Amino acid sequence: MKSMNYIKVEFPSSSVNESFARNVAGCFAAQLDPTLEELGDIKTAVSEAVTNCIVHAYPDKLGVVLMKARILPENTLEIVVKDKGVGIADINKAREPMFTTGGDERSGMGFTIMESFMDKVKVRSTAGKGTTVTMRRRIICRKQVK
Amino acid sequence: MKVFCEKKNGRMRILLSGELDHNVARGVMSSIDALIDENLPRECILDMGGLSFMDSSGIAVILRTNKHMTDVGGRTWVENCEGQALRVLDAAGIDRVVKVYSK
Repeated sequence: MKSMNYIKVEFPSSSVNESFARNVAGCFAAQLDPTLEELGDIKTAVSEAVTNCIVHAYPDKLGVVLMKARILPENTLEIVVKDKGVGIADINKAREPMFTTGGDERSGMGFTIMESFMDKVKVRSTAGKGTTVTMRRRIICRKQVK
Repeated sequence: MKVFCEKKNGRMRILLSGELDHNVARGVMSSIDALIDENLPRECILDMGGLSFMDSSGIAVILRTNKHMTDVGGRTWVENCEGQALRVLDAAGIDRVVKVYSK
């Protein structure tokens, strides 16, 4: 699919980068003229995906997180968050609400929130190789008031 | 991220402001734990009116506070939640466990 614009950002899986990543995604999404609510949804979904890399993909070391975003036709934003961490053994289990391996510091709602805030969420993972989360959200075109 | 506390007649209001994500969640949890242990309130209100961002880390904070308050025989609810933070709580359906009052 032809993309109109794109970014690629790479950063270590340090938790200070969570706010950096969601704000970069929000700034990039701004060109689609989203509402405040749409912008909030995108930033939340990115925050969840990046937090998963930091908490689960690299549990006891700093690894590399790659975030890509691009604009697709029909005012659609695609965001890819990729790591080369431990991978997910059972993706369906991981996507279940309230399921977490992160103890009582995590709610187990990360994927549920990504799914309810984005139109499409695709997860590909290989144990020991890493995980790629691809999310898409179409931004509604608003008519200009004359 | 800031955590303030107001106490009155056995009721403790915890005012959260700023961005609540995984990076700050552990610190927020231990602040709230310490406040509950120190004051042993009957009611603990999590006031989210000052939050400019919250992700699922906030849900973990609410659930943990609720568990801690139940352990000491008290109650917890959320007040002044709005906008993006409210959408996160709605998506998670947290209302089934802890009452959420919006602005």
